[in-house]
Amino acid sequence: MSTRPVHLAPEDHGTAHGHGSRRGYRIGVALAILLTVIPFWLVMSGALPDMAVTAAIIFALALVQIVVHVVSFLHLDTQSEGGWTLLAFLFTAVIVVLTIGGSVWVMYHLNTNMMLMPDSAPSTMR
Amino acid sequence: MTHRTTDAPGAAITWHHLDADDHDHGGGATVLGFWIYLMSDALIFASLFAMFGVVSTSYAGGPVPRQIFDLPLVALNTALLLASSITFGQAMPHMEAGRIGPTRLWLAVTGVLGAAFVGVELYEFSHLIAEGAGPQRSAFLSAFFTLVGTHGAHVTVGLIWVVTMLVQIGQHGLTGEIRRRVVCLSMFWHFLDIIWIGVFNFVYLYGVIR
Repeated sequence: MSTRPVHLAPEDHGTAHGHGSRRGYRIGVALAILLTVIPFWLVMSGALPDMAVTAAIIFALALVQIVVHVVSFLHLDTQSEGGWTLLAFLFTAVIVVLTIGGSVWVMYHLNTNMMLMPDSAPSTMR
Repeated sequence: MTHRTTDAPGAAITWHHLDADDHDHGGGATVLGFWIYLMSDALIFASLFAMFGVVSTSYAGGPVPRQIFDLPLVALNTALLLASSITFGQAMPHMEAGRIGPTRLWLAVTGVLGAAFVGVELYEFSHLIAEGAGPQRSAFLSAFFTLVGTHGAHVTVGLIWVVTMLVQIGQHGLTGEIRRRVVCLSMFWHFLDIIWIGVFNFVYLYGVIR
């Protein structure tokens, strides 16, 4: 995608970037299909006996697929809008990781520790 | 920053970029603003994913994911949404070239695939509710219906937008304003497909194997 000079100067619109972009798009489509089929196949066929390994693989593939979609479908690059789209995306990614990771982490431990108190009312999370 | 014509006096909103740009952020404040909207929408989904993650094993003695999730149906839905994202990508080069007919055709195909996605999801929801796995059953199911339902509501809004653009292209042709709207719609549509990646992996597939 780095071959696209469009945002540097409006008058620079050449025909060169169009080809590169379409090619990047086709590669993105192929990767997206592949990265969708593999997790479904892994889970539905039960190809791997260890579920923890399967879970780790589908999580990793999901993150890769999100990056593929953002780059080839949403065309995120370092050039667009003077880099502001990339900055906004990175900031959002940090918040998303903190929100999801932090919530799950904290509540998991809270839940686990609260379980040890037999006298108390059942955890409200249950 | 010379490319940001909106910064220049007298060049308020010029969409001439869009004419030669390919199907993405064609410059100007609207597209950047729409990108910021998408990022904030991602934060809404992040909080819903976080909530689901926290209560995803709180079954309250009710059904667990393995019993209620129909993976072939989820695979069909995933294929429909991914295909609709790809067909939208097919529409964009035609729009840039100013070909009204193919643009509307691919947009219409996208809309049909999106409608099929919403239809399958509604079927799945009604099926779950009918077998006693409705949103009131457990915290897990409340979070599931909220997360997946919010995504489905977004897709439904996207469908209304697709129909609107089909009508407007028919009325006005591919003017700069119409192109700008279709560019924003394409970003919205691809964004929803990205959210669905999180849904099918973290909610459905991981739910079934955990």
